[in-house]
Formats: sequence, structure tokens, C-alpha cells
Amino acid sequence: MITVTHYVALSGVLFIIGVVGVLVRRNAILVLLSVELMLNAANLAFVAFARHWNHVDGQLVALFVIAAAAAEVVVGLALVVAVFRARRSVDVDELDKELSVADELAF
Amino acid sequence: MSIGIVPFVILSAVAVLAALAMVASRHAVHAALFLVINFSALAVLYLSLDAPLVALVQALVYIGAIMVLVLLTILLLDAGELDSQSTLEWQVPAAVSLALVLLVEGSYLVFRGIGSETGLAEKLGDSSPQAIGKLLFDSFLLPFEIISIVLLVAIVGVVALTPDKDKDE
Repeated sequence: MITVTHYVALSGVLFIIGVVGVLVRRNAILVLLSVELMLNAANLAFVAFARHWNHVDGQLVALFVIAAAAAEVVVGLALVVAVFRARRSVDVDELDKELSVADELAF
Repeated sequence: MSIGIVPFVILSAVAVLAALAMVASRHAVHAALFLVINFSALAVLYLSLDAPLVALVQALVYIGAIMVLVLLTILLLDAGELDSQSTLEWQVPAAVSLALVLLVEGSYLVFRGIGSETGLAEKLGDSSPQAIGKLLFDSFLLPFEIISIVLLVAIVGVVALTPDKDKDE
């Protein structure tokens, strides 16, 4: 029988894969994608617990998370494009070494 | 509607393998497409949890809008293979081993709870789009308004981030 534990375990595994992606990848776009994966894992836990406790509120939280993720990815990609235009690179390690990115973009 | 163990295992295997392939793939476009597979598997899992609206929004917003945006950006910047050689070698094994520790901790907590939990509720209360919409404009009105402001701020922020043509050239 499928219990909420199965879904939470799957959610945890997906979240950890997302963490590894954020830590290991250096392409800023792939870091963003890994964050999306983590958000989705959290969503799965929300929906599973909504089903478990027989309460629809968790699904609403999942919808809010999706909306927030949409805003996050749009701003993130805009930043990536702006940084790429200034630096010709989206490598987070390279950008980390050059600390004055914000000055160059003239915020 | 609740699913049996076999479809659940198949769906989770697809989701986990797609996520691993996403993290491991060299090319950003491949990573994005693997993430689409992962999102689709999750959408089916949402359906199995009596969450048809979340599954639909997942398909429309995540797969339809967000991933297309990501793919367009990758193609626009031609940033597919910009993952350079690692400049900080020791961090990759450190990240993987820390993730393994997290996995062990998490599975300890999960498996300690196995057996004590009850199965899923027989059936979720009304989770139709109508019921969720009613809740959204009723008890969740304030978060709804806040998220609309967040989206507005995101739009304004993206416009502000757009590089100035005159300054650029």
C-alpha cells in the first residue's frame, strides 16, 4: 500500500539531487534548474501531505510555490542574460572571483 | 484515486533518473529536457494524489512556460556548453559527500516513521478546481494578493534589468 512516506521519501531524494546540482554545476542556468528541482520536491511533499491529512490547503500552497517559482526563474534568467552581456560568461565560479560584477552592470 | 505500488515505483524511477541525468548532463539543453521529463512524472504523481489542478498548472506553467523560457535563454546565449573545467576541484567530492550525509539522515528519519503511519486518507475532500478557486478567493485571499504583487515586482525588475541599448553600444 502506498503511504505518505513513499511520497516524502521520493520528495527527499529529488531535493537532495537538486542540492547536488546547485553545489556541483557551475553554469548559472543549470544552478537555476536545480533550484527548480528542489522547489518541485517541496511541492510534492506539500501535495502528499495535503492528501494524507485530508486537507486541500497543501495544494494551494503548492500553487503559490509554482507562482513564486515562475517569478524567481524570470528574474534569475534576466540576471543571467545581464551578466552574460557584461562578461560573456555564465560560470558562477568565474563570476565569484570577480567581485565587482554589480558595479559593471551599473545598478 | 490512489495508485498501486508498481505504477508508483515506475513513476518515481522516471523522476529520479531524469533528475540525476539533469544534474549529470554536459549540455544545458539536455539538462532542461531531462527536467521536463522529471516535471511530467511529477505531474502524474500529483494526479495520483487527487490534485488535478496542481497537475494541470504544473504542465501549463512549469513545462509550458518556465522550461520554454529557460530553453530560449540557453539558445539565445548559446550557453549550452559553457560549463568550464572546474577551478575548485575539491568542492565536487565535498558536495557529493555532504549530499550523501543528508540522504542518510533523511532516510533514517523516513524509515524510522515507517510502520507507525497510517495509509493515505480514503479520499481527499473536494479538490476540484472549483473548490480550490473558492478557497483561493476566500481564506487564501491575502497570499493571493501578495503573490500578484510579487509577480508585478518580477516584471518591473526584469524590465529594469534589461540592458540599456544606448549605454551598451
